[in-house]
Amino acid sequence: MSEEHEAFRAMVRDYVEREINPRIPQWEEAEMMPLHEIFSDMARLGMLGLEYETEFGGQGADHMFTVILAEEFGRCDHGSLPMALGVQVDMATPSLAQFGTAEQKERYLAPALRGEMVASIAVSEPDHGSDVAGIRTKAVRDGDEWVINGSKMWITNSVQADWLCLLVRTSDEGGYQGMSQIIVPTSSPGFSVSKKLDKLGMRASDTALLSFDDCRVPVGNTIGEIGKGFQQQMAQFVVERLWAAYTAVGAGERALERTAEYLRERKVFGEPLLAKQYIQFSLAELSADLDLLREYCRSIAGRHDAGEDTTRQATIAKLKAGRLLRQIADVCLQYHGGIGYVEETWTARFLRDNRIISIGGGADEVMLQVLARMDGFTA
Amino acid sequence: MKVAVCVKQIPDPAVPGELDPSTNTLNRDDKLILDESDSFGVELALQLVEAAGGGSVTLVSMAPRSEVSGLRTALAMGADDAVLVSDDALAGTDALGTAKVLGAALGRVEPDLILAGVESSDGYTGTVPEQIAGVMGIASVTFAKKIEASDGMLSIQRQTDDGYDEVTCPMPALVSVTGGVVEPRYPSFKGIMAAKKKPVDQVGIADLGIDASAVGFAGSRQETVAVVDAEAREAGEIVIDEGEGFQRIADFLAELKVI
Repeated sequence: MSEEHEAFRAMVRDYVEREINPRIPQWEEAEMMPLHEIFSDMARLGMLGLEYETEFGGQGADHMFTVILAEEFGRCDHGSLPMALGVQVDMATPSLAQFGTAEQKERYLAPALRGEMVASIAVSEPDHGSDVAGIRTKAVRDGDEWVINGSKMWITNSVQADWLCLLVRTSDEGGYQGMSQIIVPTSSPGFSVSKKLDKLGMRASDTALLSFDDCRVPVGNTIGEIGKGFQQQMAQFVVERLWAAYTAVGAGERALERTAEYLRERKVFGEPLLAKQYIQFSLAELSADLDLLREYCRSIAGRHDAGEDTTRQATIAKLKAGRLLRQIADVCLQYHGGIGYVEETWTARFLRDNRIISIGGGADEVMLQVLARMDGFTA
Repeated sequence: MKVAVCVKQIPDPAVPGELDPSTNTLNRDDKLILDESDSFGVELALQLVEAAGGGSVTLVSMAPRSEVSGLRTALAMGADDAVLVSDDALAGTDALGTAKVLGAALGRVEPDLILAGVESSDGYTGTVPEQIAGVMGIASVTFAKKIEASDGMLSIQRQTDDGYDEVTCPMPALVSVTGGVVEPRYPSFKGIMAAKKKPVDQVGIADLGIDASAVGFAGSRQETVAVVDAEAREAGEIVIDEGEGFQRIADFLAELKVI
């Protein structure tokens, strides 16, 4: 890691502690974050679009800067903003940056990287989440326009999004064929937010059910090749999984630090709880597991920068990150005792928020299915 | 407008510091970072140059082992260049010796205005800025909360216990800046990447015409003779609130003559 990486980490950590964490209680209470305002401020410091082309407002940075950004935002006092940020920079925009035309990038990518536009990725549907091949939302061509009908579910940032990177069927081929990625401005006629979802965790994040009722957008909004949407989305899923794993490293690290700090102060039977060997060992083991994840993620970052396909590694990292954070959240809450079970203590929100990592962006079981297939454990 | 800012690079306050038992001086072997109290001066300097429509901000620092980490932070904020005085002979230099060294380095920069923090976050002598002004023979204004410059003159709001004094003085001058009076900017990604290419002029005491006997432990007129632990805080009084806790608090404050 270079001096510049370290300097960037110090800046982001300071920014999260001073500018983000103090505002989180208010956002949690409102169950909403002012993303345009937050992203615009972050963009001013070059935190959005780190790896994207400078021509469209990116920074032309290497992938390690993304790792650092994610790890440091993972240390936030909640999971909602790291997730919203991940959607903006690493889930809704990579396909546009990779396959979009200059005109599309000028119109949608550049404002997103300036924080003026909020973006969402719309893939899951009420009956098809991880099973992407099953999606039914359909776009039918009418002259120069797509006419879209259907619905999308669990869409992060979507109540306030300005545009969606939408995956739809554009032919009747079925399965993994005949899908396309289309940029849908949320001002398009026929688009509506049907319902903001009331979730267990990530409560400051606006997640919604979206409806498309003869929603019309120009065919020119298609990202890349018509009919190649699934393949393009699969590449986009890889960076999505990586973001989840990177943020988990920061989140787990801070949770263990905070727990140790509490247990050093909390005295039971005349000595700090942290003096108990059982507690020391279990925290040390979690810290060791976290270190394996951290180093694994950094090794993926190197491969990613070298242009290698990291699908398998990203899948493993996401699977292990989700499971490890569930363990860390449970242990940290347990060792806080009763005080860990109340809202005033960070542990309650931490447990709720991080439960999603094993579900969102492909559930653990889907990660295992992908791995079983890739590693030949199928019959 | 040419502004120089004195910046100190200090051991990370987040890491427990250690004193060298043989000299009673702070161990500075680890990486040093920009003293937060100097970031206010850097921010004010950047704002003054922006308001003047042009100019430059030069950092001046004295640190062991050619340490530049803290300087890079201030360069990433937007400062243009830096002068770093680093010399083995400087180990153990006291406040006045530091002022002589920094004064000599500042003389090479020839700034219109020199800014410094009121005091460093590790040494806390709070005397170096005024001593630099004395060494250089220029005006010194302390505890500034606001600075404006025009036509070779400075208008300064100088913080006092009751409010502030309005002070004017000609440039060049040295002004010490009260912590917290401005919001130091975060270094941006571009700033961080640009910082590594910005020039840092590294000089030793010979380059500044300073004799080794005038600085370091040898030249120091100040000596830390002993270090003792601070007294442990006594346990407070615990009051159980049985519905009249507010009254006990009010009585306590009245006893202190606070209310």
